[in-house]
Amino acid sequence: MSDKKERTHLFDRPENVARLLKGFYAICILLVLADFVFHRHIGFDWEKIPAFYAIYGFVACVLLVLIAKKMRNVVMRKEDYYDE
Amino acid sequence: MSELPPFLLYFVAALLVAVTRGLPRQLILLATPVVTGLYLWLGIDPGANVAYTLMGYELTIVRADKLSLLFGYLFCIASFFAGIFSLHVTDTKQHIAGLMYAGSALGAVFSGDLITLFIFWELLAISSVFLIWARGTERALKAGMRYLVFQVLSGVLLLAGALVYYHKTGSLAFNHIGLEAGVAGWLIFIAFGIKSAFPFLHSWLTDGYPEATVTGTVLLSAFTTKVAVYSLARGFAGEEILIYIGVTMACFPIFYAVIENDLRRVLAYSLINQVGFMVTGVGIGTALALNGAVAHAFSDVIFKGLLFMSMSAVLYRVGNINGSDLGGLYKSMPKTTILCIVGALSISAFPLFSGFVSKSMVMTALMQENYGYFWLLMLFASAGVFHHAGIKIPYFAFFHHDSGIRTEEAPLNMLIAMGVAAALCIFIGSQPQYLYALLPWEVEYWPYDLTHVLAQMQLLFFSALAFVWLNKQGLYPPELHSVNLDAEWFYRRLLPAGAQRTLNLLRSAKEATLTTVTAHMRGMQNEFGKSPMAKYHLSESWPTGSMVFWISAILAAFLLLDLFGLGR
Repeated sequence: MSDKKERTHLFDRPENVARLLKGFYAICILLVLADFVFHRHIGFDWEKIPAFYAIYGFVACVLLVLIAKKMRNVVMRKEDYYDE
Repeated sequence: MSELPPFLLYFVAALLVAVTRGLPRQLILLATPVVTGLYLWLGIDPGANVAYTLMGYELTIVRADKLSLLFGYLFCIASFFAGIFSLHVTDTKQHIAGLMYAGSALGAVFSGDLITLFIFWELLAISSVFLIWARGTERALKAGMRYLVFQVLSGVLLLAGALVYYHKTGSLAFNHIGLEAGVAGWLIFIAFGIKSAFPFLHSWLTDGYPEATVTGTVLLSAFTTKVAVYSLARGFAGEEILIYIGVTMACFPIFYAVIENDLRRVLAYSLINQVGFMVTGVGIGTALALNGAVAHAFSDVIFKGLLFMSMSAVLYRVGNINGSDLGGLYKSMPKTTILCIVGALSISAFPLFSGFVSKSMVMTALMQENYGYFWLLMLFASAGVFHHAGIKIPYFAFFHHDSGIRTEEAPLNMLIAMGVAAALCIFIGSQPQYLYALLPWEVEYWPYDLTHVLAQMQLLFFSALAFVWLNKQGLYPPELHSVNLDAEWFYRRLLPAGAQRTLNLLRSAKEATLTTVTAHMRGMQNEFGKSPMAKYHLSESWPTGSMVFWISAILAAFLLLDLFGLGR
């Protein structure tokens, strides 16, 4: 790093990160509320569950990450595994 | 229409690039896709054929219809932005390989018969491997070799299938083939399957692409798999097995993508995932699904190209593309960051970005044909794409913790190339009617309604929420220097180890046999030595030696007798 003081960037300030996250949570809440206001077309029965897509997206990603983490126990090797 | 096959323009350009340097070469790189694209647009009508007779076979070098033309336009667009992206490259062989590769892809999608297809199929393999080898590292050399073996194997299967097909049907025309064509159908199906990166046949892609040069990966991501998707759509539309394969392809790579450290390899996994959506669309086989498959190929080439370009720009500036070593690059590469985010939003199928208007066609087709569980799995894959390609790629490269790396913004030509691709992503996403007008099958579809937009926004925002939550809880797996075992383990570890083991086994078997036989011989000799026979002169020494001597003596005697004519 250079000696001269670097200018502060957008996400160097914690309050900016907090603002971004607040906005993000607000949109999430609005999207769930919208599900009760508007009527979605229903193709499959499970789509009738309120906020189906929101729940599915959240659960899918948590499962994805947790399973992938477990997978590391089986498939992960050192970087030079094939070079030996 | 004129008689000139479009791929020839690229092959001529490859020749010209070999003998020019500097500005003239850059102009050729830019002009070739533009001229070819205009020629396809204005000079070739759907329904045109150009056939030549070669060795008694009629070869259809150009067969133009809406399907082949769509891929033709797409390949011109891809080689246009890839050309801009590689303007700074001085390595001649990369430019020649790139143009030959793009030209072969054009040749393949306009092939009207299986032999012409086979020729371009092999040219694709041979030209593209130089984009990996040009990296010049030992790893790239070996990875390129493994890549080539897969590609050539695919070509050999295609040729074998074509010959069996000809034997059976008397025709080489490349139209719907179907698995009911028996052995021929299966051979060609597997040949296409290797190039489309079917599960277990996919490792050439995740092994080879991340080892290619900075600019080579961008080209690689555009052509090979899309030629294969085109071929599947032409030859195997509506084969139900493709739905099973496609859904598997969409689901398994996302797990690898989450734990992979090399960000270009993450993109390679997500490439397989996206091709999974296309393969599924081909498998469903309805007009909407097939349109969805090819439309998604169209948007994928552009947004995946954009993502690969942004990661290649980072590799070019930083010299490293491991998620574990990057972070905070938005400070020094803000433009690249924004362009990467456009690509990330497109691949995640955010409304108003290109992935949304094409992927939703495949999802709607699954729903219309009542494939409920597959639909759920594909929804899982859609959330997963957002997770690894939409968030992980930009987050670990450009944000995350500050890695302390300070570098420069990407070079101007790279920024322009990414800008072109990003503009196309937004244009296709917000004005999909132009892409839809090019689609080969007639069907009414419009992606923007309240249900679609709301559902997709919920899915994506809550996938992002999961990412935020997992990070805050400290549950998100850190990026680690590592290798993750995949299908390539079978031939990179098991096969060599197995071969070594077999060799060792054979060697010890040989030694054991020799010891046993020698011991027996010695025993027999000892026994013989005790017998009265041993007193005779001939048996005193090692018997075979003297036997051979006496037989030669007898033969020599016969020879002499014969020479002097005494025996007659």
